[in-house]
Amino acid sequence: MALAGRAALIIALLTTLCGITASLYGARRGRRELVEVGRRSVYALAIVLTLAFAILEVAFITNDFAYDTVANNSSLTTPLLYRVAAMWGSQEGSLLLWVWLLSIWSSLAVFLTRNRLREIVPYAVAVLLGFGTFFTAMLVFFVSPFVTSSPAPANGAGLDPLLRNPSMMIHPPMLYSGYTFFTIPFAFAVGALITRRVDSEWIPVVRRLALASWMFLGIGILLGAHWAYYEIGWGGYWGWDAVENAALMPWLIATAFLHSIMIQEKRGMLKVWNASLVLAASTLAIVGTFLVRSGVLSSIHAFGASTLGVPFVILIAIMVAGSIYLVVSRRDVLRSEHQLDSLFSREAAFLLNNMLFVGLTFVIFWGTFFPLISGAITGTESEVGAPWFDRYTVPLAIALVALAGIGPIIPWRRATLANMRRNFAFPLLATAVMLVLCFTTFGAGSSAPTVAFLCAAAFTVGSIAQELGRGYLARRAMSGDSPPLALVSMIRRNRRRYGGYIVHVGITVLLLGIAASSTFTHTAFVNLGRGHATTVGGYTMTNVRPTAAIVNDPTSTGALLTLGVVVGVTHDGRYVTTLHPTAEYYPDASGAEGPVGSLISGDAVSELSLDSSLRRDISAAIDAAEIQSALQPEINQANALVARDGSIGPTKQTELSYYLLAAIARGYLRHPPSAPLKLASTPLVAWLWIGALILLVGALIAIWPGPGAVTGRARARYLARVAQELGRA
Amino acid sequence: MAIVLALVAVALLLGFLAWFLGAPLRAGVRLEVTSESERRVLEAARDAKYQEIRDNELDFRTGKLSEEDFLAIDRGLRAEAVEILHSLDALR
Repeated sequence: MALAGRAALIIALLTTLCGITASLYGARRGRRELVEVGRRSVYALAIVLTLAFAILEVAFITNDFAYDTVANNSSLTTPLLYRVAAMWGSQEGSLLLWVWLLSIWSSLAVFLTRNRLREIVPYAVAVLLGFGTFFTAMLVFFVSPFVTSSPAPANGAGLDPLLRNPSMMIHPPMLYSGYTFFTIPFAFAVGALITRRVDSEWIPVVRRLALASWMFLGIGILLGAHWAYYEIGWGGYWGWDAVENAALMPWLIATAFLHSIMIQEKRGMLKVWNASLVLAASTLAIVGTFLVRSGVLSSIHAFGASTLGVPFVILIAIMVAGSIYLVVSRRDVLRSEHQLDSLFSREAAFLLNNMLFVGLTFVIFWGTFFPLISGAITGTESEVGAPWFDRYTVPLAIALVALAGIGPIIPWRRATLANMRRNFAFPLLATAVMLVLCFTTFGAGSSAPTVAFLCAAAFTVGSIAQELGRGYLARRAMSGDSPPLALVSMIRRNRRRYGGYIVHVGITVLLLGIAASSTFTHTAFVNLGRGHATTVGGYTMTNVRPTAAIVNDPTSTGALLTLGVVVGVTHDGRYVTTLHPTAEYYPDASGAEGPVGSLISGDAVSELSLDSSLRRDISAAIDAAEIQSALQPEINQANALVARDGSIGPTKQTELSYYLLAAIARGYLRHPPSAPLKLASTPLVAWLWIGALILLVGALIAIWPGPGAVTGRARARYLARVAQELGRA
Repeated sequence: MAIVLALVAVALLLGFLAWFLGAPLRAGVRLEVTSESERRVLEAARDAKYQEIRDNELDFRTGKLSEEDFLAIDRGLRAEAVEILHSLDALR
């Protein structure tokens, strides 16, 4: 079937080229039937790539090690769940996932706009198929997932243990959905600029597409953070890693765009800015893909060195140059229709918010690419660490949280002193209460950024609560509905506004979780002997006893040996929880560490044990490498024992090796070494994930299409009112 | 045998694609007239204006606008909506 897979990729490449030609020629010559061929090429691409995807997925599920990618990323002992996900653990498999998702989302966008934006769609289709051409060409000419070897190896190398996490099933597809979705607003923006139709019909379409991209990428980023939090080796939920940053940058620019497009929609302003933002967000999404795949920057998430760097640089250069040309050459249609009326208006608040988002993105861009910049200037690559990022991003994030509260309560065009007094009083009162709480709880010596953040958060929550309350009262007064019905109908009638407000609350809660957990966390790195205890953040943590398992690892990731300890946690003498941190050891196929040592000298992963609640998380992790070092004398002894009796055959040798490994595990249980533990008590982390859920709910409300019947009724009513005004005029 | 099966599958796929992509050429779809596109743009502008009128009203009801400001903005928005309706009528 590898031949069919290869053929499918070539057919996919030809389909994209056929579609681009048909779309562009059809648009130029006014040949609608050719435009339709272009549109159908997007669907055809999705069908062909689904076949290629299915062929490779079947190879992974059935352990067909004739495929090089299956042999390198899966094995007979890899559980089915991870065999399915192992496909995107490799460069070539994940590239196929990328282009497959691109074809699926492009098909959806082309289908939803089948009766709209008639002039723009052919060019958008050509751009989308252009991306399809690029990525299928990568798969055909550079990194084919359908390369096979004969004879096929009996077993594969297995999936990287760090990737053996249930999040592997959902995080990469979500993140790639975000990245690929960003090509769609880009394509529609390019189409609109080419045809000079940056008009009222284009705005809602591109806004909704950008919102969907923003939502998918946001979910992808948050799932990644969640995954990282549970894999202690990755250093918490955010590490300012190059690849993490690369995903955050387009998301931040898209956030700026989602705000500033409202100014264009309402006031006909900032058209150049908006076109630039939507093009920049998509270009940054491709930069993110480039960082993962080129190996240009070191990252735990990247695929390492590859030959894909140059083609990606060319693609990015084309996107940047093309975007600049289009924006500059179309400046006549991008001219503002109005001027800013006042600095005290929602437009001004959004403008400031845009500058902060772009500033934040620039800081992250600079920090991410600093190794390359410093390498180019000084010849030595230097990295900036988390404190550097925190120094610049924290003040910007605080200002953005405050603006998330100001935006909803300040009117469009101009705010008067009277309405500012009326609207700012309650949020400022909430801020004052928070300030007093901060000083009474943390004292005068409390961290200034934390207090500033908590005050900004209180302002925003106060502002949104006031908006929701007033909207609800207005709705009740107008309709006389029952309280729950009034609330639902208030949101239903203005999904964008209230969905947006809910997103603001979600972001504030999420940042609250980040601020509290990073400021007030208590962490201890200790070596605890059996029966010994230590205190972390007021919790007494005791090494109760060791644990060991062979083959049947508790997390079902295929580890041969799992060692750990049971940690009892008490607070003021009262039982709180019991933690089970473990270290998982995987075999090394090279056999370099001897017959017994090689059973566990592959990758070693620390599995975090966590007790989570709304108030705090208590966690324990064990240092896998240090435990392995402590057991090294026994492993050497076992290796020597197996090697001494050279007359036994390979099967007996394997049996003996496993027997001796079991003996080592029993020895660990009888005489455990001091457990090298990382123990932590972190407050309010759960609120990070709760904030993320609120954010998702808000985004879904904002993106959901309005009910047609209601719109129709409202339209009729407004038509009548507008006609009435006409009569008076 | 596997190679033959793969070749048959590829041939079937190519046949399907030729049929699927060639359908519009066989049907001969005509290009939409320009006025239809103009109408869509104006309808989108009208909907956006109605939304703006609604937002303005909600801003007033939630205390972000004084009555004087609300009425001034409302008048302006309705006048713009009327212009759009005029243009739409002219296209019909």
